[in-house]
Amino acid sequence: MPSGTENHLGDTILRVEDLHKRYGKDEVLKGVSLELRRGETKVVIGPSGTGKSTLLRCINQLSVPDKGRVWLDDVEITHARTNINHVRAQIGFVFQDFNLFNHLTALQNVSLGLIRVKKMRRDAALERARKELARVGLEAKAGAYPAELSGGQKQRVSIARALAMDPKLILFDEPTSALDPELIGEVLEVMTGLARGGMTMIVVSHEMGFARAVADRIIFMEGGGILEEGTPNELFTCPRCERTGQFLRKISELYGDTEQT
Amino acid sequence: MTIFELAGNVMPRFLQAAVVTLELTAVGIGAGLVLGLLLALTRVYANRVLSGIANVYIQFMRGTPLVIQVLVIYFGLPPYFRAIGLPPLSSLAAGCLAMALNSAAYQAEYIRGAIQAISSGQMQAARSMGMTKTQAVRYVILPQALRIVLPSWSNELIYTLLYSSTVYFIGLEELTYASTKVAAKSGRVLDSYIIAGVMYLAMVVLLSRVLAHAESRLRIPGLSIEERSR
Repeated sequence: MPSGTENHLGDTILRVEDLHKRYGKDEVLKGVSLELRRGETKVVIGPSGTGKSTLLRCINQLSVPDKGRVWLDDVEITHARTNINHVRAQIGFVFQDFNLFNHLTALQNVSLGLIRVKKMRRDAALERARKELARVGLEAKAGAYPAELSGGQKQRVSIARALAMDPKLILFDEPTSALDPELIGEVLEVMTGLARGGMTMIVVSHEMGFARAVADRIIFMEGGGILEEGTPNELFTCPRCERTGQFLRKISELYGDTEQT
Repeated sequence: MTIFELAGNVMPRFLQAAVVTLELTAVGIGAGLVLGLLLALTRVYANRVLSGIANVYIQFMRGTPLVIQVLVIYFGLPPYFRAIGLPPLSSLAAGCLAMALNSAAYQAEYIRGAIQAISSGQMQAARSMGMTKTQAVRYVILPQALRIVLPSWSNELIYTLLYSSTVYFIGLEELTYASTKVAAKSGRVLDSYIIAGVMYLAMVVLLSRVLAHAESRLRIPGLSIEERSR
């Protein structure tokens, strides 16, 4: 897919306006605004401790922002009267450390939300869950408990769990950071497939190869704000901000050139 | 008369008393579980005021002897019951009530510990898919917490069975009371207590077996205390 052209993108699906979040004395988000279009994959990069995860958590209100507003289509998520559970059911969230439900099999993990949140009939939910497990290549592990799965398998189940809910978009919070290096590929492969299939997603990641190959736009965050945003080409070849260039060089020194193509 | 002949003679009375012991245990552990669960949930999830009240209750029940609690409920409170028009409690009802109120405090602490042992990511994952907090607790947190708590809950069940002998003090004829009466009447003090002791032991062994079986039936990979501490 040619990144840099954005013709395949639709209208605005998510709008974030001037988000502020403070934990005690630390101001983690200092006024972040962004827009996400239908079908867009936005990758958020930047040094750790810079508010990337907090940004994701403020979008689905796992953390409540101190100031600022978030809209999903024409619903203001941050409005006090909005039913947040209803909104969250439409926004998938994939965690760094998976957070699969330990007492449930892979299949039950994927079907739980369908049964309890979407009130689907049990057999229909299980059928759908099986389909999602197959989509991430894990239909054979339907009966396995999380403790019986590898890290990469756990993360793929958690992606299936998010997909099953038919989300309007999925937020990925460093989905490969807790994985052994040899397991990262299988997860990125699933995510690449989703992006190419038109899923709308925001991915916080240090995987530059993935960002370069899959992102429609990349956001560089530092110190609680967005320093630069652009297509992969714009950011990787001629970052306007010196700081972005520094970071990209440092990352490629650390991890080598991880370009996938 | 050998101890076996004595045992044969007193068995009907002892069995009847053992049934009372089991009744006290069942009500104590069962009602205690319901109340203990509510206390634990209040401690963990309710606002500070309610959580504080639950904490005071738990500390109070765990910080005073069960005997005193039994005596208060059977002898201490009835005058006040009468004042508000309630009938006095039978010794069985008072015993059951005391056992339940006491056991609830201990069970609450075990369950609270288990809930807090579940990683916060489990709640976040449940909420992020749109579950209400109540749904998350019911379908995600408690099924895990109750499995983790099962071993300490088994201990609590056995303590409850053994400490039900405390109601001896309000003259309820459970196993300990019956053995004391038989000891006095027959003069066979040691033998009477041995017979009662063996009956307690048999009940404990039986319950332990049942619980061990339940634990292995409910076991899930990665979710037992033993596996975690490995």
